Amino acid sequence: MNIINIENVAKVYKVGSEEVHALRDISLRIDKNEYVAIMGPSGSGKSTLMNMLGCLDTPSSGKYEFTGSNVSQMTDNELAKIRNKEIGFVFQTFNLLPRSNALHNVELPLIYAGMHSTERKERAQEALESVGLGDRIHHKPNELSGGQRQRVAVARALVTRPSIILADEPTGNLDSKTGEEIMLLFNQIYEAGNTIILVTHEEYIAEHAARIIRIKDGLVESDEIVAKRYIPKVKVAN
Amino acid sequence: METIFLEIKEAMFIALRAIQANKVRSILTMLGIVIGVASVVLMTTAIKGIDNSFQKGMSALGSDILYVDKWAWFTNTDWWKMRNRRNMTMDEYNRFKDLVKLPSATAPTTTTRQVVKYQNKKVDGVFINGSTADYLKTTNFTFAQGRFYSDIEGKGSRYVAVLGSEIAKGLFPTENAIDKIIKLGGQNFRVVGVLDEQGSFILGSFNPDRQVFIPIGTIFKSFTSQSFGTITFNVKAPSPTLVEETKDEVESAMRKVRGLKFDEPNDFSINQQESLKANIDKIVGVIQIAGLFITGLSLFVGAIGIMNIMFVSVKERTKEIGVRKAIGAKRRTILGQFILESSFICLFGGLIGLLIAVLLSMAVNQVLPTSIQYDSVILAISISLITGVVAGFAPAYTAAKMDPVDALRYE
Ligand SMILES: Nc1ncnc2c1ncn2[C@@H]1O[C@H](COP(=O)(O)OP(=O)(O)OP(=O)(O)O)[C@@H](O)[C@H]1O
Ligand SMILES: [Mg+2]
Repeated sequence: MNIINIENVAKVYKVGSEEVHALRDISLRIDKNEYVAIMGPSGSGKSTLMNMLGCLDTPSSGKYEFTGSNVSQMTDNELAKIRNKEIGFVFQTFNLLPRSNALHNVELPLIYAGMHSTERKERAQEALESVGLGDRIHHKPNELSGGQRQRVAVARALVTRPSIILADEPTGNLDSKTGEEIMLLFNQIYEAGNTIILVTHEEYIAEHAARIIRIKDGLVESDEIVAKRYIPKVKVAN
Repeated sequence: METIFLEIKEAMFIALRAIQANKVRSILTMLGIVIGVASVVLMTTAIKGIDNSFQKGMSALGSDILYVDKWAWFTNTDWWKMRNRRNMTMDEYNRFKDLVKLPSATAPTTTTRQVVKYQNKKVDGVFINGSTADYLKTTNFTFAQGRFYSDIEGKGSRYVAVLGSEIAKGLFPTENAIDKIIKLGGQNFRVVGVLDEQGSFILGSFNPDRQVFIPIGTIFKSFTSQSFGTITFNVKAPSPTLVEETKDEVESAMRKVRGLKFDEPNDFSINQQESLKANIDKIVGVIQIAGLFITGLSLFVGAIGIMNIMFVSVKERTKEIGVRKAIGAKRRTILGQFILESSFICLFGGLIGLLIAVLLSMAVNQVLPTSIQYDSVILAISISLITGVVAGFAPAYTAAKMDPVDALRYE
């Protein structure tokens, strides 16, 4: 089943009197339980595409269907609802709330979803355990290492059991060993039946995915299945 | 419904932590609200205090009493015009009382100030009220001990005295006053009665609690000559609804007594406690205007301060707003979060203001009997909440309508 279906999508930014064509004409289909890496040079439109896929932004033209419904027609509230229930974001800079501990950070999407306190706490705890942070739930972000912070962010993305995980350079701020730990986590999530799209600059990170889409100047340059994807074997250390 | 409740809880939680994280800044911002709320609470309390005292004083004087006098109590008439009026005399009173039919009682009164002594205790500058036994009917006096002087004692100009409650307290702190001999300006008087506490500070020299009542003839015999000074006629209307009719009758009777032609103006005044009330209302009005000005100004300054700090807070937390939106916060969630935060700051400020007002009014209580009422508390809370919502709205709205992508990109 198609989770994402975009046809002839373009995104134009106006800067002063100049128009920046971040995305020119992109068509893509992504199915359930795919593992896709998006690559491309800086400024090619990867983040713009991810923001659109994540319903943070709407296209200037073209069609975007998310699990069958037309996103470009949605109101702000409907978009917020989709982001909350269907999409899990992981950012390069973690983007945790600095004053909240790990548990509360992970709980937050469930609060916006209106879930009861006891069930919510259980779910958040479970998600943190699944990323190997069961013993760090009361730590604030500044009391955690970079890798641990990113794992909290992954737990936050997973906790609502979304249809898709979107990660924009999730290892960009981590050293290669810690990055590899995050990639091991993504592998587990993928093997558990989830759908993942990640943006990366690194060829060896992209090779974890099952499909690689290359973008250049707002156009799809190539879209191919990885013949032999790399399956990480590092043990997640706490 | 459930979701909204959770969102409010989350918003309160965030607000508290945001305030905690910026304690000094938040407290400084609260100052305007603190002053505003304190002044509005103090103002309403003071007005209520004045009003209560006044009501109490008024009921001691009686609302259906007219005071015919050389002087108008409160007027725009020039003082020198009234000074040139003839004095009112006992002769005029005797003719007047036969002319009026409506009043249920009339009494001539005059006053003098004297030292009052009992053994080694004394009170200076006491208003000595001289009248007839009917004077009692033109008041609502009640007695702690004894009685008013009788008609016979009054007409006979006897040396008998009725004491106001404060005077009695001053002279007889422990003893029974009845039948004791006191000295008024050197003359011996026998105490026949002591009044209950009647009045209130607001009546000033009118306050019966600080007066001594003796027969009018005795005043003329012992203190002031009849030909000197002027007297007042107290007139009690038969019922509160007939005050106006009584006033008309009193006016025409007085004009007859004075032999005034139809085109000559009155050379006397008919006073009523209404005019006293008008004057009190003027004082209350001034307090109100001053209070509202201070309140308005400090709330305005406070609101601007809160708004400013909230704009700063929104700006500082742009990235956080982006994150919250990315994980599913709706516009109204963000709007609510920031409005709640500013309401919390204001509410906190309001409670501090209320506390200050309570402490100050306890101090003021020594002078003006006041008490903070529940409605002041509700007033303080609602004013601060409203200020919080009003001041927080614009910043919160900016936050709510931020584009999530731009907000996330913000450094
Ligand atoms: N809000 C915006 N206003 C104007 N131009 C923008 C905006 N966002 C992106 N762009 C432009 O769109 C183009 C694509 O940007 P985007 O962030 O998608 O690139 P990217 O592929 O993610 O690059 P990187 O690898 O450096 O993250 C760039 O030229 C950028 O300057
Ligand atoms: Mg990017």
